[in-house]
Amino acid sequence: MYMYYGITMVFFTVFWVCHIYIYINNMTLFIFYHVSYQNVTPFLCIIIALHSVEYHVLPCDICIINCILLLQVTVRDALNQAMDEELERDERVFLLGEEVAQYDGAYKVSRGLWKKYGDKRIIDTPITEMGFAGIAVGAAMAGLRPICEFMTFNFSMQAIDQVINSAAKTYYMSAGRQSVPIVFRGPNGASAGVAAQHSQCFAAWYGHCPGLKVVSPWSAEDARGLLKSAIRDDNPVVFLENELMYGVPFEMSEESQSKDFLIPIGKAKIERQGNHITVVSHSRMVSLCLDAAAVLAKEGIECEVINMRTIRPLDAEAIETSVMKTNHLITVEGGWPQFGVGGEILARIMEGPAFNYLDAPAVRVTGVDIPMPYAKILEDNSVPQIKDIIFSVKKTLNA
Amino acid sequence: QASFDIKKCDVHKLEEGPPLQAVLTREEGLQYYRTMQTMRRMELKSDQLYKQKIIRGFCHLYDGQEACAVGIEAGINLTDHLITAYRAHGYTLTRGGTVREIMAELTGRRGGIAKGKGGSMHMYTKHFYGGNGIVGAQGQIFETYNMASLWKLPCIFICENNKYGMGTSVERAAASTDYFKRGDFIPGLRVDGMDVLCVREATKFAAEHCRSGKGPILMELQTYRYHGHSMSDPGISYRTREEIQEVRSKSDPISMLKDRMLSNNMASVEELKEIDVEVRKEIEDAAQFATTDPEPPLDDLCNHIFYNDPPMEVRGTNPWTKLKSVS
Repeated sequence: MYMYYGITMVFFTVFWVCHIYIYINNMTLFIFYHVSYQNVTPFLCIIIALHSVEYHVLPCDICIINCILLLQVTVRDALNQAMDEELERDERVFLLGEEVAQYDGAYKVSRGLWKKYGDKRIIDTPITEMGFAGIAVGAAMAGLRPICEFMTFNFSMQAIDQVINSAAKTYYMSAGRQSVPIVFRGPNGASAGVAAQHSQCFAAWYGHCPGLKVVSPWSAEDARGLLKSAIRDDNPVVFLENELMYGVPFEMSEESQSKDFLIPIGKAKIERQGNHITVVSHSRMVSLCLDAAAVLAKEGIECEVINMRTIRPLDAEAIETSVMKTNHLITVEGGWPQFGVGGEILARIMEGPAFNYLDAPAVRVTGVDIPMPYAKILEDNSVPQIKDIIFSVKKTLNA
Repeated sequence: QASFDIKKCDVHKLEEGPPLQAVLTREEGLQYYRTMQTMRRMELKSDQLYKQKIIRGFCHLYDGQEACAVGIEAGINLTDHLITAYRAHGYTLTRGGTVREIMAELTGRRGGIAKGKGGSMHMYTKHFYGGNGIVGAQGQIFETYNMASLWKLPCIFICENNKYGMGTSVERAAASTDYFKRGDFIPGLRVDGMDVLCVREATKFAAEHCRSGKGPILMELQTYRYHGHSMSDPGISYRTREEIQEVRSKSDPISMLKDRMLSNNMASVEELKEIDVEVRKEIEDAAQFATTDPEPPLDDLCNHIFYNDPPMEVRGTNPWTKLKSVS
């Protein structure tokens, strides 16, 4: 049976159309795989064109078709679904922010929600972060469960006093009398070509503050489970998404499709098992770590890649357990090095039981310590690349 | 030269407004025409380059609003200080930037006005402080109104009211859309931002107000942007194509000036066509430069962190990479 398949993808403004040509025997199978931003379930249309008078559909052909039918969900859709389900489940939940309603979201994450839930649950605000973040915190204090979207976390700096002083610290200052069940979410960190004022990573700044939970999902499953947990959590949660991950599709397990699928905040996940070195990362950098691990595996170096999932509270135990197995550690993040996420992890390792298991100093792979430049060649060299991770792994193992 | 009737400006807390007539000399007319046309073609070229992915990231285009930047500059001096938000290409041009430098900055090359490090939203020239990406639209401005008024600072606050904040119309975002009145104790003018002469006269009036020690003043320029908020916004989900077409046919700033000049024999059709041809060539040359100029050198990556400081080392992506930084 001769089989070759070519995949061509034509991008329209909103839709993905994936042509998979499978030429089996004399039968050509056209499978249109249509995924829209809003519609998660793939719309399948199988048209079988006959090249010969008779055709045989072999059992293995069916298997191939089934393999291609795996459910793939983009991070954007996972977030959308999670919010949709939580809005439906609890009428106190509502979303506010710039362009979230009628525009369907600046990055289309809230697409379709305003149409479904209306003005009372999905609220367009004027361009005034300090103002609407304050309103959101007040609403949370009064008993609602707001999701406050910042178009990017860079804009949250306009409102940071509300996040820290009004939200994070209040339960403590009131000795348990007043809780603030709010979620602040939006894209964080570097994007592509958006320059210095739009590319900062806020994981370290928010991770620094007691009273806040800080979450940084990587995959679609992370996004879905963690956002649901964040919305159901009775505390202020800073939910750091990543614009470059929004369009990335991931396979979603059967279990993760359940309306009560929750990922616990504060627990990391081992994405890849390995014995030689522990590689800890969060958000988009996890993808690069896995890519680097695949390259290194060919040279016989097996990396254990840990996806932090949560910045605060940090799952130090998971990292320690891994380091006690591998004896080597590197951290990988997109943010700046000084006083960053990697710095915190290394400090915890120093102070904890895993230190004595290290065979080499633990090191951090981070963004370059400069404001983000615009020109492509400069930007590319301002964030960790796969080669930087590979280099650091090898240096650590040879130390 | 000729004298033109211009629209009366609505005033707030002012006895009188700018004059109802403006004198335009042939020279001025040709200069405004050329600058506005250059701006227009530059923005349209940028649109093209963005679609070809030669310009990346954010790109907020100014076409439709040319009369604002050109009119304002005509009413002030290059030694005055100006700052704006992200829709900055027009101002970069009027404040002394060249089309070459602006376009090379958009394409991220070393010949760019910020050496390729700033991009569309971060362009600077002498007495022009950018180009800023994040706009705290309300609270801060009222704080500033208060201090400017208290200390009688010679400051003109200008609102380019193009009817939409990204995808949200002003009616949905503002409790009062009379922006020129929102300085409260600060006097204000509402100006026809599509008429370069109206903008110029209003700016001259406002500048005079400040220079004579009367304190700050507000100008609301009623204008319109043809493009969406940025290149990622088609600009038609929150407004109709008909609306855009109507503004284009009835109030286009360049057409308005052209008609005025032609009907008063201040220039001939051929003359203006010639300017168009020259402008087109200038833009083509600039685009050519912008696409062929090399990207910034890698050893410029860490420079310009501090001013007037000795050279220092900057950490790269890993502890073994130490990069150089000079002021």
